[in-house]
Amino acid sequence: MPTLNLFYFLSFVAVLSALLVVFSKNPMHSVLYLIITFFAIGGHYLLMNAEFLFVVHIIVYAGAIMVLFLYVIMLLNLNQESEPHKSTVLKFAATICGGLLLLILVAAFKGADQLPAAATEHTVGYVKSLGMVLFTEYLLPFEITSVLLLAAMVGAVMLGKPERLNKG
Amino acid sequence: MIPIDYYLWLSATLFTIGVLGVLYRRNAIIVFMCIELMLNAVNLVMVAFSNYMNDAAGQVFVFFIMAVAAAEVAVGLAILIMMYRITRTTDINILNRLKW
Repeated sequence: MPTLNLFYFLSFVAVLSALLVVFSKNPMHSVLYLIITFFAIGGHYLLMNAEFLFVVHIIVYAGAIMVLFLYVIMLLNLNQESEPHKSTVLKFAATICGGLLLLILVAAFKGADQLPAAATEHTVGYVKSLGMVLFTEYLLPFEITSVLLLAAMVGAVMLGKPERLNKG
Repeated sequence: MIPIDYYLWLSATLFTIGVLGVLYRRNAIIVFMCIELMLNAVNLVMVAFSNYMNDAAGQVFVFFIMAVAAAEVAVGLAILIMMYRITRTTDINILNRLKW
């Protein structure tokens, strides 16, 4: 079953590069591994017929957000391994907490294989059907999102200004 | 068609890795990236259920989450640059001035 094999491959890539995001020493490498993770998640979207979200995901995450991260790391000149690390006790505690959280999530999802049967057709992710819903039922939230993005842009410019300009 | 619980396990794993990264690292930018990872894990499970039920609401919400995440990253990185300008570091142990 090629779909299932593709799912396993994409999951393996996503989990492995997500682990490398956390454990690689150089922040620049972390960003690059995060891009690989995002591409793998985008592949999952494509596997689920969500082609519109696949395109938006690639453009927004792998395109815009990751470029922002790369620029900030470049501007702050953080691409050397000078970061101080937490003590071994704290790292151990963090790992234990992560394992406990995974345990809780697995326990919470235990009955998930007994859900009602899936819908027979999966056409909802196509651009046409999603666009119909987005521009009829969710038109007001869609328009308000533009205000949110404008506010974020103004806020980022305000925060990014040098200190002496803020006083004047 | 892939069973829905496979996506739940994958999403739980990715979310846990994100939480682990937030707890494990001291670099604020890495912590920020791990928050993005957690958002993506939730997005993944939302798309999976939307596809499973053939209901468009989940995918519309994921679209809005992406817009909010973009706004969050822009403002968050601006705050990070401002803090770096003041303290000359991105170490989150230095950024403890709100601590009582």
